[in-house]
Amino acid sequence: MLRVDITKQLGEFALAAAFTSEGRVTGLFGASGSGKTSLINTIAGLVRPDRGTIVIDGETVDDTAAGVHVPTWRRRIGYVFQDARLFPHLDIRQNLDYGRRMNGLTEDPAQHKRVVDLLDIGALLDRRPGKLSGGERQRVALGRALLSKPRLLLLDEPLGALDESRKLEILPYLVRLRDEAGVPMVYVSHDAAELRQLATQIVMLRRGQVTAFGGVKVLTRGT
Amino acid sequence: MFEISPTEWTAILLSLRVAVIATLVATPFGIALAWLLARRDFWGKSLLDAAVHLPLVLPPVVTGYLLLLTFGKRGLVGGWLADHLGIVFAFRWTGAALACGVMSFPLLVRPIRLSIEAVDRRLEQAAETLGAAPWRVFATVTLPLALPGVLAGMVLGFAKAIGEFGATITFVSNIPGETQTISSAIYSLIQTPDGDTAAARLVIISVVLAVGALIAAEVFARRATARLHGQ
Repeated sequence: MLRVDITKQLGEFALAAAFTSEGRVTGLFGASGSGKTSLINTIAGLVRPDRGTIVIDGETVDDTAAGVHVPTWRRRIGYVFQDARLFPHLDIRQNLDYGRRMNGLTEDPAQHKRVVDLLDIGALLDRRPGKLSGGERQRVALGRALLSKPRLLLLDEPLGALDESRKLEILPYLVRLRDEAGVPMVYVSHDAAELRQLATQIVMLRRGQVTAFGGVKVLTRGT
Repeated sequence: MFEISPTEWTAILLSLRVAVIATLVATPFGIALAWLLARRDFWGKSLLDAAVHLPLVLPPVVTGYLLLLTFGKRGLVGGWLADHLGIVFAFRWTGAALACGVMSFPLLVRPIRLSIEAVDRRLEQAAETLGAAPWRVFATVTLPLALPGVLAGMVLGFAKAIGEFGATITFVSNIPGETQTISSAIYSLIQTPDGDTAAARLVIISVVLAVGALIAAEVFARRATARLHGQ
């Protein structure tokens, strides 16, 4: 479960968002500049809200009134960025293992194999990120986030930097992830078609405000 | 011509020892300072930045004299260190190392700072989302990606340290076997009749060491670029 009720002033831009989502995939939908990325960064703890609360999986990670701000690295979230942000000095195997090491989790070969198979990245393990295609990089980034065993997976336009054919290549993996990985997701996109395929709930944002909240059918009402 | 005398060997080995110790001791401080200057905003930052560069622009003899006032036997810090920890800098090779460390510090810090600034902060953010505490982000992402810059800084600092003259001779004088480095040996030799050939030998050795260091720094800089591009 994810509960968000925050305000944040970013220069001229005012973000005010409140919603509670129980869905497997919460889609944050809006045009560029609507505050989607600021909102997901606030959930991640990379941006500190001016006022309000954020509750992830029952734990209050932000509560400005009580002075609570759990730092990003203790939130046990996974974050897939639009630009995969793989570590260039580590090979793919080490990239995938990074979150487990940082969280002090014991090795889990079964989980590792499941994720590697799910994303079809077994052939890439010994390569360096610089040698991968955009789509491959994004799949590794997904695997890396999953293998840190997050309780919430944040995805900020993970297909945004890919061309149409690459998008179609990744989408099935995301659907499998939703149905098989069992980790709730927040999925940011400006592409209604993408969200119709993936999301179970939609938060529609416009100029920093939530304008609609509900099932995927809210997408058909247009922006 | 290329028979190196025992006195010259002593000077060469002393120079190497002084420069190696100066570089090794200065590097952790250099990394910490470079990180502060590259990644943090705080009151007095430009002042600190200026202070780091001071040895580069002050006459070396002034730096040496200030070191003597501070770290000499009756100096504020030097007196305390001698009384409480038994560490003496004045007229010892350790003092030469201190002088070389201070003089080479700006050259050591600069490449490290630049390479830390060049590390993509978005990668550090990604590390944080994967559960890495700030110091682990530094140890596992920032430092490894900046490592070629760190090595380049160390090479440059070492090259500067091995050739340092003004501050060293002012602070710890020119004592054969204790504080007489290649530079001060050359200085003594060219003031001695018939010292020309010996001086020329040491000059050639200095040139070789300096050029070698510059080439090494260049190689490290190239590796840095390749590394940051994930090759």
